[in-house]
Amino acid sequence: MAQTVLHKANTRRHADHGWLHSYQSFSFAGYYNPQRINFGALRVLNDDTVDPGMGFGKHPHDNMEIISIPLEGGLEHKDSMNNVAVIKNGDIQAMSAGTGIFHSEYNFDRTGEVKFLQIWIYPNKRNVEPRYDQISLNLEDRHNKLQQILSPNPDDAGVWIHQDAWFHLGKFDKGVSTEYSIKKESNGVYAFVLSGEIIINGDTLSSRDALGIWDTDKFTIEAGTDAEFLLIDVPMKF
Amino acid sequence: MEKIQILVIGRHPEILATVVRLVNNNPNWNATGCLSDEDALAAFGKQDFKVVLLGGGIDEISESKLNEYFCTQKPDIKIVQHFGGGSGLLSAEIFEALK
Repeated sequence: MAQTVLHKANTRRHADHGWLHSYQSFSFAGYYNPQRINFGALRVLNDDTVDPGMGFGKHPHDNMEIISIPLEGGLEHKDSMNNVAVIKNGDIQAMSAGTGIFHSEYNFDRTGEVKFLQIWIYPNKRNVEPRYDQISLNLEDRHNKLQQILSPNPDDAGVWIHQDAWFHLGKFDKGVSTEYSIKKESNGVYAFVLSGEIIINGDTLSSRDALGIWDTDKFTIEAGTDAEFLLIDVPMKF
Repeated sequence: MEKIQILVIGRHPEILATVVRLVNNNPNWNATGCLSDEDALAAFGKQDFKVVLLGGGIDEISESKLNEYFCTQKPDIKIVQHFGGGSGLLSAEIFEALK
């Protein structure tokens, strides 16, 4: 029988750094909650808003798959592999930190905020060669259907990472429903609502609520209102 | 109060320095950073470490050797694979190890 965990939006930690407002679904930096460490291989889901021109200075990472999904505005990325890019809504960026990488992230806009999700997935292999990728997605491909934006396979739709994980985005009109089949046995899905209201197996989720679901092979998603959501399908044991 | 001693091992000098600095931001913790297995094994005998963080770049052979040595010398030692490289995960990893 399916098991679930509900994380209401207002149970996330809010870190207010003045220039950065970060809503953190799991323990991060100074926030430690033993009940909120991870959901399987999903370790970080930060819902960040950064003031104009501000951002994260050069800092290191290793052994982590780091995915950024801009929601509003432009996020400028520079890294030690000489990648320089600005990603905007409709883009997705994936970085395998592997043996080590330094990068910075700034709000490219000097007048408006940038809002983005930063998601960290434990890799299935340590000490890989660092890599960076970004792509632009067709927003129409998620209207009333699920758009795959990440997978473990370089030849599949979306970006890829070193983990048996799949991400999908959906932008559903009210009343539209679909069935999602979990991609791999022993994976679970963390469903995160970006806007509106969705219903999963009878649980109603509002904006920024999340439901983790596992020990099942499929579930139904219905849009209670016009809604946008992200499905993060990850190994529960890794 | 005596500080909790934490041994941090990693192959990337700048990342190791960052991890050590971040661990030491907690006034109750004190980190010793080592780049090589030899330095780590030597350091282990000089302090009463409670936690070992295995950072990036350590291959499986080294990791196995270090694990075996540390566990033999001190069976209650907590050995943690550190992910993220001096990131927002560091504190939670240490708190979890100290539970």
